Amino acid sequence: MLGFMIQRLLQALVVMLVISALVFIGVYAVGNPIDVLISPDATQQIREEAIRAYGLDQPLWKQYLDFLARLIRGDFGRSFIYNMPVLDLIASRVPATLELTLVAVLGATFLGVPLGMYAGYRPDSVLAKIIMTVSIFGFSVPTFWIGLVLIFTFAVQLGWLPAGNRGETAMLFGVEWSLLTANGWLHLLLPALNLSLFKFAMMVRLARAGTRETMLSDTVRFARAAGESEFTILRRHVLRLISIPIVTVFGLEFGSTMAFAVVTETIFSWPGVGKLIIDSISSLDRPVMVAYLMLVAFFFIVINLLVDLSYAALDPRLRTRRAT
Amino acid sequence: MNPLLEVRDLKTQFATRNGPLKAVDGVSFSLEEGEIIGLVGESGSGKSVTGFSLLGLIDPPGRITGGSVKLMGRELVGLPPSDLRKIRGREISMVFQDPSATLNPVLTIGMQMRLALEAHERIGEAAARERSAAVLNRVGIPDAARRLDAHPHQFSGGMRQRVAIAIALLNRPRLIICDEPTTALDVSIQAQILTEMRSLAEEMRTAMIWISHDLATVSSIASRLLVMYAGRIIEEGPVAAVLRQPRHPYTAGLLASLPARAEPGTDLVQIPGSTPSLFDLPPGCAFQPRCSYRTPECSVTPDLVAAGTGRSHRCHHPLGEIPA
Repeated sequence: MLGFMIQRLLQALVVMLVISALVFIGVYAVGNPIDVLISPDATQQIREEAIRAYGLDQPLWKQYLDFLARLIRGDFGRSFIYNMPVLDLIASRVPATLELTLVAVLGATFLGVPLGMYAGYRPDSVLAKIIMTVSIFGFSVPTFWIGLVLIFTFAVQLGWLPAGNRGETAMLFGVEWSLLTANGWLHLLLPALNLSLFKFAMMVRLARAGTRETMLSDTVRFARAAGESEFTILRRHVLRLISIPIVTVFGLEFGSTMAFAVVTETIFSWPGVGKLIIDSISSLDRPVMVAYLMLVAFFFIVINLLVDLSYAALDPRLRTRRAT
Repeated sequence: MNPLLEVRDLKTQFATRNGPLKAVDGVSFSLEEGEIIGLVGESGSGKSVTGFSLLGLIDPPGRITGGSVKLMGRELVGLPPSDLRKIRGREISMVFQDPSATLNPVLTIGMQMRLALEAHERIGEAAARERSAAVLNRVGIPDAARRLDAHPHQFSGGMRQRVAIAIALLNRPRLIICDEPTTALDVSIQAQILTEMRSLAEEMRTAMIWISHDLATVSSIASRLLVMYAGRIIEEGPVAAVLRQPRHPYTAGLLASLPARAEPGTDLVQIPGSTPSLFDLPPGCAFQPRCSYRTPECSVTPDLVAAGTGRSHRCHHPLGEIPA
């Protein structure tokens, strides 16, 4: 186990290094931030001073090495636009995205897995067909369109829910959460629903396919021959047997939603990190872009590690193989 | 006194695109308490489907279309699923061929045994462990109390099958259907398990239906033999008598093809032709295309004729002397 962790840690370091270089080059290619930062009618002298102040007069490799040197001290630099440390800026936006992602991914999983299992258990029933139709819808209709339809229906036409922005928040562990207020939940509902539809469809499909296959296995026949009820068989045997792909998708979806809830956050003006990265790209705020993408990479490494660890918890056969 | 199990004219069919497939076509037999009978036939002869039919475990598109199965005088065919479930495991249980497929790989065997116990009674965790360990001990698993926390892959093939047998024995059923439980095991372990199963059956007064394609294995454990061909019983009788003097040409062919009966250095005797497709059975006796005693009379289905002590056959031209 210790060897496994050390190996993963080294892998993670290499991945981070490669990512930082790629991101740095990529961001450099996007455009020159000076054009955005400084008004076009500024004098040449002001312009050159600004370039020097931001370190943009240095060659790319020098900028990159400086960046790495600061990184080792835990300094991601300051935002060109907000003029505050990048890490603080991102950290202030994370709770909004985190709560949106949690509600969307957990909701999709806790609804999608049981419904998908039912659809796999009784594939010919009417309910199964309804579930599968909704899941096709969730897969094929683009997020931005559903978002607009949701706003149009529930906010504009019916007027039941707010069309955007985060609602009231309350403080817990030094962080503002809208999950703690009724008004916050009202604001959260539509964007979370919008985000979760695709994930819901995916969970339904995964759970259905796994259940259909497992129901035909000798394990299920043997459990039936022992007189176990169908509910026990589904909950204790089938759910455990299909959990590995579900956990994998859960992890990946959680990661990608945290990182790239861009469309939904933009449509619903949700002040999360997705909105931050879109704004920083359009204003060419390089330090934010670089730090953000590196944090995302780091985040995915952590999620993959957690997913791998949960494999071992879910399937004892993997545990022994790793120990030997 | 009523027999333990009485099967009358049992018919199980599978609906297919080419019309109904008669997997079991009018099977009748009975079984006394503590008796072990062998159900022998090639793959596709309907012996396993017969076993599953007794438990009411035929998955759609298959279903029992006729006949009766009486356990201690109680009719099982047509019972609602919830009543059938209570009989499974408690009155009749089943052991399958491949223990690595029947045991759930991700649950400890203690948990699997507990689920089988909980299917029939409310039982606390400590009591469940105690009962499970006692049964594991009984089927020859050393250090059973500690092994309850192990997973199936930590056992050898033979030990795994013992665990499956222990689960089948857990609720002290009156009848165990054994569907080729030793076929997947090493020959030396086969012999051990056969011996132990026989003494367990004697000790607990459990009756057994031992399903196999292997005449040698069956004859070492059963007292009576049923030979199946194309969904029907074609010969029945005490093991010793059938082995000494088979009446149906098919039984004679099976016996002649046993390696133990071959002259060293000569080819094994084969039954000419192959098992007929159940969609495309010849009229009358299903074995006639492969039979060297065939006459025009064989196009009329022969009845199962009782002749001699406990013996019967379904053939117009039985071999040997037939007592009137």
